[in-house]
Amino acid sequence: MKTLRYILLLMALLFAPLMRCDAASHGSSDGEVDVKGVIFGHIKDSYEWHLTTIGDKHVTISLPVIVYSEKSGWNLFSSGVFHKQEEYNGFRISVSEDNEGKIVELDEMGNEHRPLIDISITKNVLAVFINSILLVLLVLYTARWYKRHDVRKEAPGGFVGIMEMLITMLIDDVIKPNVGEGYRRYTPYLLTVFFFIFLSNLMGLLPMFPGGANVTGNIAVTLALALCTFLVVNFMGNKEYYKEIFWPDVPTWLKVPVPLMPLIELFGVFVKPFALTIRLFANILAGHTALLAFVCIIFITMSVNTYIGSGMTVVSVFFTVFMNFLELLVAFIQAFVFTILSSVFIGLSRPEHHG
Amino acid sequence: MSLLLPDAGLLFWMLLAFGIVFFILYKYGFPIITGMIEERKRFIDDSLRNAKEANEKLANIKQESEAILKAAYDEQTRILREAAQMREQIINEACAKAGDEGEKMLAEVRTLIQHEKENAVREIRAQVAELSISIAEKVIRKELSTDAQQQEYTRILVDEAVEAQDKEK
Repeated sequence: MKTLRYILLLMALLFAPLMRCDAASHGSSDGEVDVKGVIFGHIKDSYEWHLTTIGDKHVTISLPVIVYSEKSGWNLFSSGVFHKQEEYNGFRISVSEDNEGKIVELDEMGNEHRPLIDISITKNVLAVFINSILLVLLVLYTARWYKRHDVRKEAPGGFVGIMEMLITMLIDDVIKPNVGEGYRRYTPYLLTVFFFIFLSNLMGLLPMFPGGANVTGNIAVTLALALCTFLVVNFMGNKEYYKEIFWPDVPTWLKVPVPLMPLIELFGVFVKPFALTIRLFANILAGHTALLAFVCIIFITMSVNTYIGSGMTVVSVFFTVFMNFLELLVAFIQAFVFTILSSVFIGLSRPEHHG
Repeated sequence: MSLLLPDAGLLFWMLLAFGIVFFILYKYGFPIITGMIEERKRFIDDSLRNAKEANEKLANIKQESEAILKAAYDEQTRILREAAQMREQIINEACAKAGDEGEKMLAEVRTLIQHEKENAVREIRAQVAELSISIAEKVIRKELSTDAQQQEYTRILVDEAVEAQDKEK
C-alpha cells in the first residue's frame, strides 16, 4: 500500500501546476447563500475542477477543452482561458438556459451553437480517469499478491483479504446463483462493474480532490455502464433468449397479426438497462444532494441569525455525519445492486431450453 | 433537466476508460484472483476429504489392530492349551510305556528266576540222584554180599518203584 500512497502523491503533484487561484467572480459578499448554485455546481459536470475558495480566491484545476465544430474544426485549449476573458476563439461557457455551463460557439449573428463534438476532459472525465487508474492499480496489486504467494500455504490479510472477501462473496452469493451454469465467463465483467461503481461511489464521498466528483451520480456514467451490461446481455444471449423475445410461448393470437407480446418483450430488453441507469444515478445524486443540503443549512441559518445558526450547526453536523454513514452504506448497496441486476439480466439471457 | 441528459463527451470518455479498465482487469486482474481463490477452495475441500478419509482409515486400522491382537491372544491361549495337553499326553504315554516296560522286565526276570530255579532244582536233583546212586552202590556193594540179602533188597526196590508209580498216577 506504500506504493499507492506515492502514486496518490505523484498525482497530486502532477495536477498542482494546473491549479490556479482567481478572484471570485460571483462572491457571497452580500451574505446571501446561493444554495442552488452550490449544490448544482457540485453535482453537475464542469470544465474545471473547483477545489476550494480561500477568501475571495477560487482554487481550481484547469482542464483541457477538446471541441470540434464545423466552423473552426478541432480546438484544444485550457479551460483556464475563461478566467481572464469570457470568450476565446469564438467559444465561451454559456449562461443561457438551454446550454448552461457548456462550451458554446458564437456565430456571426451572436447566436450560441453547441460544437458538434465536445470531448473535453471535464471534471467527471478526470475523476473517471483517476478512479480507473486507482481501480486498475488496486486490482493488479491484489492479483500480484496471488502471483507471488502459494495459495495452498497462506491466505491473504489486510487489503488483499478484503478484496478476496468481496470477490468470494460476489461470486458465491451473486454471480453463481443468478447467472447459473457457465458463470465463469461473466465473472471478470461483473467484478469490474462492481468494483468500478463501488470505488467511484467511495471516491465521490471524499470531500476533496481527487475524490468528491459526482461520477456515479452522473447519468452519462451510469448510462455507459448500463450500455455495457446491455451489450453483454444481448450479444451473449443464446437462441432460447431470442426465441422468447420474438416468438414467446403465448397463444398465437397474441403474436399474429399484431405482435403484441414480442413488442412488450422487446420493450423489456431496453427497459432493463434504463432501469439500471436511473437507479444508480438517482441514488447517488440524491445522496450527494442531501449531504450538501445539510451542509448548506449551516450557512443559511447563520445568515439569518447567529444563535439559530450555532444551534443548527450542531444538528447539521450530526445529520451530515449520519448521511455520510448512510452514503457509505449506499455506496456499497448500489454497486451491489447494479451487479445483482446485471447478473440477473445475464442469467435471463441464457435460459435453458424448456420444451 | 440537463441533469437527465447524458453528455456525449463524458459518455465517450467513460466508455473508453471503462473499456480499457475492463480489458486490463480481464487480462491481468480478476482471472488470476478468481483462479487462485478457486484453487485454494479446491485444495481446502480436498484436504477436508483427505482428513476424513485418514480418520476413517485410522479407525479401521485401530479395529484391525484390535482384531489382530485378539487373534494373537486366542492363538497364544490355544498354543498354551495344546502344549499343556501335549505335555500331559507325553507324560501319560511315558508313564504307560514305563509301566509296560517294567512289567515286561519283571515278567522276564520272573521267568528267568523260574528257569534258574528249575535248573538249580534239576541239577540238585541230578546230583542228589548221583550221590544216592553212588551211596547206594557203596551200600549195596557191602550189603549184597549174600544172595538172600540180594534178593530181599531187590524185592524192596521193586516195591518202592511200584509204590512211586502209583503215587504219580
